[in-house]
Amino acid sequence: MSSNTDTIRELAQQEYKWGFVTNIEQESAPRGLNEDIIRFISAKKDEPEFMLEWRLRAYRHWASLEKAQAEPKWANVHYDPIDYQDIIYYSAPKQKPNLKSLDEIDPEIRRTYEKLGIPLAEQKMLAGVAVDAVFDSVSVATTFKAKLAEAGVIFCSFSEAVREHPELVKKYLGSVVPYTDNFFAALNAAVFSDGSFCYVPKSVKCPMELSTYFRINAAETGQFERTLIVADEGASVSYLEGCTAPIRDTNQLHAAVVELVALDNAQIKYSTVQNWYPGDKNGKGGIYNFVTKRGKCAGRNSKISWTQVETGSAITWKYPSCILQGDNSVGEFYSVALTNNFQQADTGTKMIHIGKNTRSTIVSKGISAGHGQNTYRGMVRILKNAEGARNYTQCDSLLIGDKCGAHTFPYIEVKNSTARMEHEASTSKIGEDQLFYIRQRGLKTEDAVSMVVNGFCKRVFRELPMEFAVEAQKLLSVSLEGSVG
Amino acid sequence: MSVLEIKNLHVRVDGNEILKGVNLRLDAGQVHSIMGPNGSGKSTLAQVLARRESYDVTQGEVLFDGKDLLAMKPEDAACEGLFLAFQYPVEIPGVSNAYFLRSAVNAVRKYRGQDEMDAMDFLPKLREKMKLLEMDEKFLNRSVNEAFSGGEKKRNEILQMAVLEPKLAILDETDSGLDIDALKVVANGVNAMRSPDRAFLVVTHYQRLLNYIVPDRVHVLVNGRIVRSGGPELALQLEESGYASVGSAAGAA
Ligand SMILES: Nc1ncnc2c1ncn2[C@@H]1O[C@H](COP(=O)(O)OP(=O)(O)OP(=O)(O)O)[C@@H](O)[C@H]1O
Ligand SMILES: [Mg+2]
Repeated sequence: MSSNTDTIRELAQQEYKWGFVTNIEQESAPRGLNEDIIRFISAKKDEPEFMLEWRLRAYRHWASLEKAQAEPKWANVHYDPIDYQDIIYYSAPKQKPNLKSLDEIDPEIRRTYEKLGIPLAEQKMLAGVAVDAVFDSVSVATTFKAKLAEAGVIFCSFSEAVREHPELVKKYLGSVVPYTDNFFAALNAAVFSDGSFCYVPKSVKCPMELSTYFRINAAETGQFERTLIVADEGASVSYLEGCTAPIRDTNQLHAAVVELVALDNAQIKYSTVQNWYPGDKNGKGGIYNFVTKRGKCAGRNSKISWTQVETGSAITWKYPSCILQGDNSVGEFYSVALTNNFQQADTGTKMIHIGKNTRSTIVSKGISAGHGQNTYRGMVRILKNAEGARNYTQCDSLLIGDKCGAHTFPYIEVKNSTARMEHEASTSKIGEDQLFYIRQRGLKTEDAVSMVVNGFCKRVFRELPMEFAVEAQKLLSVSLEGSVG
Repeated sequence: MSVLEIKNLHVRVDGNEILKGVNLRLDAGQVHSIMGPNGSGKSTLAQVLARRESYDVTQGEVLFDGKDLLAMKPEDAACEGLFLAFQYPVEIPGVSNAYFLRSAVNAVRKYRGQDEMDAMDFLPKLREKMKLLEMDEKFLNRSVNEAFSGGEKKRNEILQMAVLEPKLAILDETDSGLDIDALKVVANGVNAMRSPDRAFLVVTHYQRLLNYIVPDRVHVLVNGRIVRSGGPELALQLEESGYASVGSAAGAA
C-alpha cells in the first residue's frame, strides 16, 4: 500500500496549470460596496435607467440581509467570514468597451485565452462552437456573431444585451432568479458587471454550440457575472461554460447567477466545466464559488438539462435547479463534483414539479479525495397539481483515501399522491483491490485511478457535448493526481 | 530455461507470517499445479508473485525470466509478461470490457516500445478470442466483471489471459464456480495456449481440472510450505486420501 500511496502523492505535487496572471492595465472601482459603487458600475456600462434602478433595489435588499447577518450558513462548508467591504466589485481591462472586431482585442488577453486553449480568432475556433469570453468583469469577445445572427440567434455580452435588446432583458431578467431569492443572488443583481446573453427565436435550432469562458485575472476582485438564456417556442440551444483563475493565496469570491427560460417545446442544455483555482494542497487560497443557477420550463413539453463537472474552487455552493411549470416538461441534472486536498463542495439540485406529467432525472456523482468534503444536497418537490409527476434520483459517492468525506441530504416533498419517485444511492471506495487488479493488467497507478473514476462518472460524461467530454475526462485525471493518502 | 524461480520465500500479511520458505522452479513450456488446504497460502503466493504491495516479503528471492521479480511493481511485472487470473476478479463499474482490455494491451505494448492498437485493429482479435472461449459478444460492452456470474467472471479472466498472451500465467482457482461445460471450454483455452515458451502455475482444489489440463508437476502447499511435490498422480492420491496423507509441517519440495 505504501508505495501505492507514494506514487499518488508524488502526482499530487502537480500544480494547477491555469494559474498564471496576465499583465494588462486594469481599470477598477474603489474597494468596497455602497450605492455610489453601483452607480459607478452602471455608468461605466452606459446602462439605461431601468437597469440602474433594478440594481439599486437589489443592493438595498442585499444590504438589509447583510445587516441582519442573513448570509446563508446552512451549507455544509466552512470558511472565515467574508468582508464584503474589502472586495473590489468592478475591474476591467483598460480598453475601449466597444470592439468593432475581434482584431481589436488586447494581444495580452488574446494570449491568455490561447494559453487556456481558447483561441478567440474565429478561423481557429473549434468547429461549431461560438465563444463569449469574460475577463474579470467584462466580456472581451464574442465569436461567430455573424453566423449566429443569420439564424436569428442573439448571443452577446450581457452589457450589450442591456443596450441593444432592453425589451428582452427587461422581460426576462430576474424572472427565474429574482434578486430577493438569496443573499448571493441579491449581491450579484446589485453589482454584476457582465456575462452572456442568449436568445433563440421561435422554432430555431441554434446552429452551433454556444460557450462562455470565464476568467478571473485581477487580484482581490470578485466576479459577479450573470447569464440569461431564453429559448422561445420550439427553439433549442446547447450552451457550455468554462472557468479558470490565477493562483493566489487569498480567497476570491465568485457569485454568479444563471437564468434559463424555456417556452413551449423549447430545449436548453447547459453544461459547465468548472475549474476555478481550488487553493493549494494545504487549503490556502482558491475561489469561493457561490452560484445560483435555475431554469424555468415555462412552456409545455419544454426541457432543461444541466450537466456540470465541478473540479475547481476552494468552496462550491451551487444547486442548478429546474422549475417544471409547463405540463409534460422535463428537468435533468447530471453532476460530477470532485473535491481534493482541502476543497469543499455543497452542490446538488432542486426539481420543482408544478405542471402535470412533469419528469425529472437527477444523477449525481461525488468524488472525494485528500481531505476533500463533498456534499450532495437535493430537493424534489411535487406540488399539488403535478398530476403524474415522476422523479428518478441516483446519487453515488466515491471515496479515495480515508481522510475525505461524502455526505448526502436528499429532501423529498410530495403533495400529489400520483407521483412516482425512485431513489438510489451508493457510497464506494476506490480500493486497493481495484487498483491492484488494474495494475496487474499493466496500467500505471494514476491510469488505474483515472480509469475507475472515469467509469464512475460515465453516466454524466455521456451527457456532455462530444468536444468537451474528452476535456472533462482529462481535467478529472489532472485534478485527481496525488489523491490517495 | 526457468521462467520462475522461487527461493526460500517468506511473506507476512498484516504481521502474520503466511509463507514460510517456499521453493519452486518452473520451466518454460511447463504446467505446475499447486494444491493445498484452505488458508495454506496459495493465493498469498499468487498475489505476491503478481507484486501485491501490501504483502511483505521478509526473506527470499524470486526470479522471473531471470529478472528480480520482487523489485518490480505490479504493472511492470504485468508488462514483463506475468498474468494472474484472480480467485476473486474485481468489478470496475462504467468501464467496458473491450476498453479495459485494449487499455491493458496498449499499456503492455507501450512498455515494450510498440505502437498502440486502435479499436479497429483490436476488436477483431478480441472477437476471435471470445469465440474460442465461447463468450457472447455482449460481454464486450458490459462493465468489467460487473454483475457477471461467478463462472462468467472466471471465463473473463481467461479471456484476458488469451488476449494478453503472457509468458507466465498464474491461475488462482479458475475452476471454482465453473460448470462442467465451462470447465472444458476454459481448459481448452488454456491448452490452446500451451507452448514451449510459456509456463502456467495452476492453483486448484480439484483433481478434476487436472484431467483436462495435465500438469508436469504437482506441489502441495500446507501451512506456508511446499510439503510434497510429484507428478500428476500426486493429485489423484490427494483426491483419495486428503492432505493428511502427505503429512503436514515437515517435508521438502
Ligand atoms: N490481511 C490479512 N490479515 C491476516 N491474515 C490474512 C490476511 N490475508 C490473508 N490472511 C491469511 O493468510 C492465510 C492464507 O490465505 P490465502 O488466501 O493465501 O489462502 P489459500 O491457500 O489461497 O486458501 P483458499 O484455498 O481458501 O483460497 C489465511 O489463513 C488467511 O486468513
Ligand atoms: Mg485462495
